[in-house]
Amino acid sequence: MTSQNTISRTSDLSGQEYQYGFVTDIETDLAPKGLNEDIVRLISSKKREPEWMLEWRLKAYRYWVELNESESEPEWANVKYPKIDYQDIYYYAAPKSVTEAPKSLDDVDPEMLATFEKLGIPLQERAKLAGIAVDAVFDSVSVATTFEKQLGELGIIFCSFSEAVRNHPDLVKKYLGSVVPYTDNFFASLNAAVFSDGSFAYIPPGVRCPIELMTYFRINTADTGQFERTLIIADKGAYVSYLEGCTAPFRKTHQLHAAVVELIALDDSQIKYSTIQNWFPGTPEGEGGVFNFVTKRGRADKNAKISWTQVETGSAITWKYPSVILKGDNSVGEFFSVALTNNYQQADTGTKMIHIGKNTKSTIVAKGISAGHGNNTYRGQVLIMPSAENAVNHTQCDSLLIGDKCGAHTVPYIEVRNPTARLEHEASTSKVSDDQLFYLRARGLSEEEAHHMIITGWSREVFQELPFEFALEASQLLKISLEGAVG
Amino acid sequence: MLEIQNLRVSVLDIDDSEILKGIDLKVNNGEVHAIMGPNGSGKSTLANVLMGRPDYVITEGDILYDGKSIVALLPEHRAHLGMFLAFQYPAEIPGVRPWQFLKAALDARADARGEEKMSVRDFSKLFDEKVEAVGINPQLVKRSLNEGFSGGEKKRHEMLQLEVLKPELAILDETDSGLDVDALRIVAEGVNSMRSPDRSFIIVTHYQRLLNYIKPDVVHILIDGRIVKTGGPELALKVEKDGYKPYTSVGATA
Repeated sequence: MTSQNTISRTSDLSGQEYQYGFVTDIETDLAPKGLNEDIVRLISSKKREPEWMLEWRLKAYRYWVELNESESEPEWANVKYPKIDYQDIYYYAAPKSVTEAPKSLDDVDPEMLATFEKLGIPLQERAKLAGIAVDAVFDSVSVATTFEKQLGELGIIFCSFSEAVRNHPDLVKKYLGSVVPYTDNFFASLNAAVFSDGSFAYIPPGVRCPIELMTYFRINTADTGQFERTLIIADKGAYVSYLEGCTAPFRKTHQLHAAVVELIALDDSQIKYSTIQNWFPGTPEGEGGVFNFVTKRGRADKNAKISWTQVETGSAITWKYPSVILKGDNSVGEFFSVALTNNYQQADTGTKMIHIGKNTKSTIVAKGISAGHGNNTYRGQVLIMPSAENAVNHTQCDSLLIGDKCGAHTVPYIEVRNPTARLEHEASTSKVSDDQLFYLRARGLSEEEAHHMIITGWSREVFQELPFEFALEASQLLKISLEGAVG
Repeated sequence: MLEIQNLRVSVLDIDDSEILKGIDLKVNNGEVHAIMGPNGSGKSTLANVLMGRPDYVITEGDILYDGKSIVALLPEHRAHLGMFLAFQYPAEIPGVRPWQFLKAALDARADARGEEKMSVRDFSKLFDEKVEAVGINPQLVKRSLNEGFSGGEKKRHEMLQLEVLKPELAILDETDSGLDVDALRIVAEGVNSMRSPDRSFIIVTHYQRLLNYIKPDVVHILIDGRIVKTGGPELALKVEKDGYKPYTSVGATA
């Protein structure tokens, strides 16, 4: 057990340019740079993984090598970046103090505690007040989970992915790669080969998880790739709300983040997955920042529901399409997104709703805010299979432009193979108007406050899908992220 | 309170666009001034320039508030001083609740003045009271700012803000246009109940009818960017009877 900690305390979000841009000076256990079979084996052995897990990783690795040799890195997204040198990345970095498994708060590296404090991670005490259980992934190792005992009494499993591999192999074997196979895409293959940790949650049949489960991700080491993997299973009739927060320090070089999230919602269950993505976006001049290439997908069985809510303010490049396979009859998929690009950030994000079951229903509300030289693309697919009688989709894509050097694009793909389907698509593009700004300023709000109010209002439909505390944080993040874009 | 000296104003970045051509006006504490004039005379421009709308440029003259020039101040700083503009066309802002907006406005002013912010509880109570007083549908103010409001509802909502913010100088820009008699009465009652020796009003209007309910101390006739006539309440009645025509010739020869 590497992750039994009691870390508490927290701090508030304050309005600085990129307030998470600190580097924690703790000893890190690094594998050499570069990727080969030995690194994959090393990661697996560091995790004390069973043979079947290593085999799966190696299959993924070999598949990825083929993709890499055939130059199959996806290029269709509306983003531009220099070619990534996959041999110039660290694939494993664990804080040393964690490898030595602290037993109590006193054993935890004080630097790390301070980092969590700066991050404002609501661990134990605050978490209890807020009703949140936290699993913090620091670089790639899960360092703290709380509430495990309480959850355990309900039969809920919430732990790091490595622990799940060791302690719940049957569940992992059954569902790992079942929604995002290692052959899915270039980055998903890479992740499957080298993922170092992540979160795992299982909610037993009929159980409503009484607290929100939360994971905080942070990349700390320079030139480190972060490849976490999350697997959430809601058994029949279960309910879970899961939150994910992400930050990374200020660095002038790019960092690669290629995560995979798989959700499995069995019959009559519901999974609500919320993300606040605040990876380092790069400097205002466009130097550095995280490349966020993420594959997120869920499978909804009969009468099940999966909701994705995301607020994407960070990363130099975001490439991400949280999707739902509506496999069971009457299943529901939802996607609510606010993506903000400022300075030289680029986002190509959206969703896929794949309707297979009868009477399946999906809703997409995607909002893109572009400021500075930011470039924001909504890319979404709605696919109605022949089996999906009476499928319904409603899509709404709104773009908001701030300034005249940014871009907004909407790329919907709609494929209907069943004539009983009903689809609606709405799209709008707007600018913050001078009339709106003057109205608010005449009442005493500064230009920046006025922009913030207009933008938060415009994003409200999405924010109201977030748990309350997260919604406040999201609104604050928009404010911080837009600094320098107005005035 | 407010003194406008030889104010000349053009539209920003447009040549030969002078709208106000030398306005002089003095509003003392506690006075209600009506500014009347035909369409296009510059009434609304004057109201907006007083509040600092960025679309205009002052080419000459000055605006003094409590003896100090405010022409270099941003709109928000003028609001903090105690100025208020009831808009002719209030902007629609989706997703922003009127409650949240008004609390933020109060808080911003309290911050700027170093005053204590009103508690949420006190504010809620005050807000609900005023919603009822100005006769806005309580469901409406739970939605988006001015979005889906009828013309009359927008004006009532401006009055609601006026009554909560209690400014020292309130400028009403054609608040009466598009209002039925009931709404007109509510606006007038609001203004009348707020009249005090410490508060002044500038009421910009095209028609005399609002002045049946609010008795101004001073009436100005504004034509083609100039004040052509100043008088007491009787001037408004004269305008109603004779129209603006008698003054246009005066304006032309002045």
